[in-house]
Amino acid sequence: MSNIIHIKTPLMDDTTANLRIGNRVLISGIIYTARDAAHQRLVELAGQGKKLPFDVQNQIIYYVGPSPAQPGRPIGSCGPTTSYRMDVYTPQLLAMGLKATIGKGNRSDSVIEAMKQYKAVYFAATGGAAALLAKRVKRADVIAYQDLGTEAIMRLEVEDFPVVVANDIYGNDLFREGMVKYQNR
Amino acid sequence: MGTRTKISAEEIVEKISHLCMGANFQVSDDVLDALKNSREAEASSVAKEVFADLLENAKIARECQMPICQDTGVAVVFVELGEDVEITGGRLYDAIHNGVRQGYKEGYLRKSMVANPLKRVNTGDNTPAIIHTELIPGNSVRITFMAKGGGCENMSRIAMLTPADGREGVINFVVETVRIAKANPCPPIIVGVGIGGTFDYAAHLAKKSLLRPLGVGHSDPDTDCLEKEMLERVNNLGIGAQGLGGSVTALGVRVEWSPCHIASLPVAVNIECHAHRVKTVVLGI
Repeated sequence: MSNIIHIKTPLMDDTTANLRIGNRVLISGIIYTARDAAHQRLVELAGQGKKLPFDVQNQIIYYVGPSPAQPGRPIGSCGPTTSYRMDVYTPQLLAMGLKATIGKGNRSDSVIEAMKQYKAVYFAATGGAAALLAKRVKRADVIAYQDLGTEAIMRLEVEDFPVVVANDIYGNDLFREGMVKYQNR
Repeated sequence: MGTRTKISAEEIVEKISHLCMGANFQVSDDVLDALKNSREAEASSVAKEVFADLLENAKIARECQMPICQDTGVAVVFVELGEDVEITGGRLYDAIHNGVRQGYKEGYLRKSMVANPLKRVNTGDNTPAIIHTELIPGNSVRITFMAKGGGCENMSRIAMLTPADGREGVINFVVETVRIAKANPCPPIIVGVGIGGTFDYAAHLAKKSLLRPLGVGHSDPDTDCLEKEMLERVNNLGIGAQGLGGSVTALGVRVEWSPCHIASLPVAVNIECHAHRVKTVVLGI
């Protein structure tokens, strides 16, 4: 098994260049949340040439809709949601400089192609390990679309947030390779 | 007819509220056992780590009374209502919705329901619940709450096969459904299968089949054998925990069937994630 790689945000090209599928990574720094409804708004704004609520350049978007924070905690349970629903929006954000996304499940061929083109990666977090992941979030602030409730965009300060590289900038796909390896025809 | 047993709507509200919280905070013993067994059986070291994460997550969720998964689901409620039961002080369905409303608020559970599927405005309290009611003889009420996640529900499929497709056709459709779903429904999954009935009833059976605890086989030997064969075929896909490749894609396959029309062979597959949250309470007697 590969060693654990520690990375800090913002994410620079020399960092993504060193990541390969299967690498276990611990992320520290700022990441931004967005899922279905927020993506729709972000891409609509971008289409109109308007400024987004945060600059996506060299940033990471985490596909999550947390449960409400209990008193005294920064955030509720916060595991990843399924990424394919964001596939239609992702290439446009990658073209604007977004360097990574975190979610669960497979990405489309067009997203994998766009990641290659714009030197971005896709991290898989463990779906359903939402209480464990909540412990790695130190601070959470809603920065846009409060009306969307759990789907609002939040700025999260994370420490050693555990993920696996599922797609690297070289077009490799851990899901495809993993499945082939354990297939039993 | 025997004496009518009175059960208050207020008690139902309280019980439902507790079921919502309990199911979301605590991984049930059957699922915990299945996760532990899978960690042992798993061939891939990456997938073994996923099982370790899930067991650690279950521990944190229980200790901190936090949801196992942030998607605390659609509240699906199965009611087996005794014919000799009288609900007092309110209506049964109102009590169920109120219990869900209270449980999701008090438990800091996520509200995931939109009022209209096309307009998509959140109802803010996770109601309405999806309620299935069945009348049974006697004077008790058995209420089972299931928190059904959206990611796995989205990977479910239904087909109207022909009688000629037969047993093999049904197995192929189930395996194909899991193959298409790949990593998306949060494997390791539980596969609920409904065979027969009508278009709608097959889907109902598929969901209902998920209520049987893991590790408990089907009482009908043929169906039990069918479940085991489907499980083997599903696990041969190699999808593995979280889709990262591995020998355990499903923790179990559950099948329920029903008589059907001479022309039909409906088959429905309801996919459930490893965060399988089901809890039951019995009132009356």
